[in-house]
Amino acid sequence: MLTKRIIPCLDIKDGRTVKGINFLDLRDAGDPVELAKFYAEEGADELVFLDISATEEKRKTLAELVYHVAEKVNIPFTVGGGISSVEDVDVLLQNGADKVSINSSAVKNPQLINDLVAKFGSQCIVVAIDAKRINGEWKVHLVGGKVPTEIELFAWAREVEERGAGEILFTSMDHDGTKNGFANKALARMSKERNIPVIASGGAGKMQHFTDTFVEGKADAALAASVFHFKEMKIEDLKKELERCGIPVRL
Amino acid sequence: MKIVIINYGAGNIQSIRFAIQRLGYEAILSNDPKDIQAADKVIFPGVGEASSAMKKLRASGLDNLIPNLKQPVLGICLGMQLMCNSSEEGSTEGLGIFDVDVVRFSNRVKVPQIGWNEISNLKSDLFKGIGEKEYIYLVHSYYAPICNDTIAVSEYELNYSAALGRANFYGTQFHPEKSSDGGERILQNFLEM
Repeated sequence: MLTKRIIPCLDIKDGRTVKGINFLDLRDAGDPVELAKFYAEEGADELVFLDISATEEKRKTLAELVYHVAEKVNIPFTVGGGISSVEDVDVLLQNGADKVSINSSAVKNPQLINDLVAKFGSQCIVVAIDAKRINGEWKVHLVGGKVPTEIELFAWAREVEERGAGEILFTSMDHDGTKNGFANKALARMSKERNIPVIASGGAGKMQHFTDTFVEGKADAALAASVFHFKEMKIEDLKKELERCGIPVRL
Repeated sequence: MKIVIINYGAGNIQSIRFAIQRLGYEAILSNDPKDIQAADKVIFPGVGEASSAMKKLRASGLDNLIPNLKQPVLGICLGMQLMCNSSEEGSTEGLGIFDVDVVRFSNRVKVPQIGWNEISNLKSDLFKGIGEKEYIYLVHSYYAPICNDTIAVSEYELNYSAALGRANFYGTQFHPEKSSDGGERILQNFLEM
């Protein structure tokens, strides 16, 4: 049976991990490769690297980082952050990334999704969507959730699938950072309406939240950062708890 | 040992090279028929779309070369699918090594299947040391149904071929290079054939 995935997200700036200060037993928790290996051994099903550096120069650092991660890590990983062209994606995939995620660039230029899918295939194109409720309606936001648009979340999710994306990574800006659980109602609707996998993101605080997002939110995978980086829970313990709740996981 | 990964211009093949490196071997990437024929082991990867990948193989003559190889050959993901009779993806003929037609999952399940699933009914030395229900990583929208060449079974909507084998040819729908320690063992088994 296909299992539900647990995905730690590592924020990268200038080739270094931003969070993850609580890893006293790692020689260098700022080293994304070392942290990635740690998570792979702990039972993470996939990893996401989100590059938050801005300049072109730093992008080269990202390609090198991807190369080193691919060299050392034997589980799949996705790279996102600031990707805006077919060439950007080509470089990352050539260096060993399994998937890329695009966000603002897809909203500004939806044809980019089609172009990427035509060249690289649906299986490696993840579209990340940041959204927030405004007057009761879910609206897509840009630039890490800072800039609102008029685009309605579920309409955009539909368009993303129609243009060929292989997966949707949905972050609720209303839940992100709250540690009060994922946006399960919106997730369940998206998962029901769409026929591609949906990754839940934003709001993980305790193990129950993961159970809820798989059961109530119908999510195919769940992504979290700080609960893992600050060692509030171990992935292995989380997966044991999920299994106890009858959710299929890889243990 | 000379290991060649066939490089016909599609996607992420670094990962396979790195996985082989982690096992203590070196592989070269090549689309040169001489390199491929002289190899002890040939890996035939594939990421992307079936009909355009077949076009690339035909353009370089690899469509005739690959089915005639005598050394162990391992197709991975789309590579495995292209070794079958045909694929529904872009309605293309395949290399005709495995006697089965590749078809798409129905919309009763999410497509692509992405993630970790189990393999069972393991029937090949490829799976030496691998237990039933080992988890492997897959990303695919099309599958090879169960057939005489099936050497591992997985279930998504229905039972399908997680791996195929015939004579010196092997194919895995999953990515051994991304399937953690179990996947590396399967790759090692292939390299040690």
